[in-house]
Amino acid sequence: MRETTTRRDFLKGAGTLMALGTLPVSLVRLAFAGAREDFTFGYISDAHIQQIRGNSFVRNWDRGLARAVAEANLLNPAPDFIVFGGDLAQLGSKPELDHGAEILAALKPKVHHVMGEHDYYLDLGDYWEKLFGPHYYSFDHKGVHFVVLNSILTHDDWTYKRWPTAEQRMLEMAGLDNPNGSPFMVGEKQRQWLKDDLAKVKKDTPVVVFSHSPIQKIYKGWNFWTEDAEQVQALLKPFRKVTVLYGHVHQIQYNQIGNISFQSVMATAWPWPYPQSYAQAESHLPVLTVPINRADPFFDRDATGWQFVNVWTGNIDIHYTLYNNQSRAVRFNKKTGRPEDSVFQAIDQRLPPQAHY
Amino acid sequence: MIRKPMTLTLALLVWAGATAADEFAPKDIQRWQDEFMTVVTEGRRLWTSPEIGSNGVACAQCHPNAANTHPETYPKFQKQLGKVIAQWQMINWCIRNPLEAQPLAADDPRMTALQTYIAYERRGVKLEPGKH
Repeated sequence: MRETTTRRDFLKGAGTLMALGTLPVSLVRLAFAGAREDFTFGYISDAHIQQIRGNSFVRNWDRGLARAVAEANLLNPAPDFIVFGGDLAQLGSKPELDHGAEILAALKPKVHHVMGEHDYYLDLGDYWEKLFGPHYYSFDHKGVHFVVLNSILTHDDWTYKRWPTAEQRMLEMAGLDNPNGSPFMVGEKQRQWLKDDLAKVKKDTPVVVFSHSPIQKIYKGWNFWTEDAEQVQALLKPFRKVTVLYGHVHQIQYNQIGNISFQSVMATAWPWPYPQSYAQAESHLPVLTVPINRADPFFDRDATGWQFVNVWTGNIDIHYTLYNNQSRAVRFNKKTGRPEDSVFQAIDQRLPPQAHY
Repeated sequence: MIRKPMTLTLALLVWAGATAADEFAPKDIQRWQDEFMTVVTEGRRLWTSPEIGSNGVACAQCHPNAANTHPETYPKFQKQLGKVIAQWQMINWCIRNPLEAQPLAADDPRMTALQTYIAYERRGVKLEPGKH
């Protein structure tokens, strides 16, 4: 329909962005609603602002977030809003959340926040709620229904009964590989809310879900996992076009399950290994995913980056632009009905650094 | 008081050296395993603790389960340093930079513990020194 014109305009914009350099945000453009209602939004995630003492914070993580914020403000056209994908803080404290909020305050567009486990498990989201609002909610924007889930909840016994102090509870959940942790879940109460919320939405309305953890099961040991993923997916199944965008994993992942496209966003703080690099456990990285090139630890910001996403007619084209790392494009292939890397999807097209061990 | 046990020990050593150097019992095997696992446990504690660094950052923040450390590939050419190094040198790079702290001596027991934990998490993977 209008795809030709809007796509060309969009690509022109993309060229400008590339010229600006590498931006650790995800710029999302939704073009299916016609030129008048085209819009973009940015996505910044996983800043892990970490207090050392007093007014002293880990410089490396501070710089990652500050750079993302500064560059997101340069986006042209300006995004309608920014999503912050969770884990603003490392240990959920007021000084960390305040410091992170102060850096984010420089963003010109409105920011929608997603709860991460590092924001939650000290005071169960009380202070975060004062700063940023409700833990889960939905909103409509130019013909798209957006849902923000708090997907990092867990069993009540673990949250309320197991730990003698809130500080210890936070530390236990903050260790990604800690066997004392507990699997993430959306939970029954929130699933009921989601069911009621989606009941009011037409089935041909594009739905975009933001969650911190993947609403799919990849590796339980590091909580690349949501325990009730299948039940949440079932609620999304009646809709024609659904996209789930998530943080937490600090790496490129993409997948297609039925009608649902999944995309991860990068962290501004540091990259994580793919779970298959842990030799002692089995993981289930989606077979579709061609991994990001291996990170060079000598560059602070390597393997952190941003995604540039089109949602043409409700399916997504995603452009990964990465610091000191190979840029990537993953597009929805209408013939195969799944997202595919524009260059590296075929086994014989992959680069040596995409092999992780 | 001291002389008598020493004489006895020497006698035992001479006897052992002469006749049974290669004999060890299940309790010896158990002891080796226990001693090793004690150091693995200490390495895991250090790996996940802020005490090696000066800024609260722990090794495990970037390397859960010591993943992406590739102990089987060391010694190897570390292109960023322009020379072949052993793994403890790369660990010290991490301690100096993301952890913003003073490096450990090569034979510091904490360095031994960190390397022991890394190797333990990578058990079963074949040696590939030099692999990038």
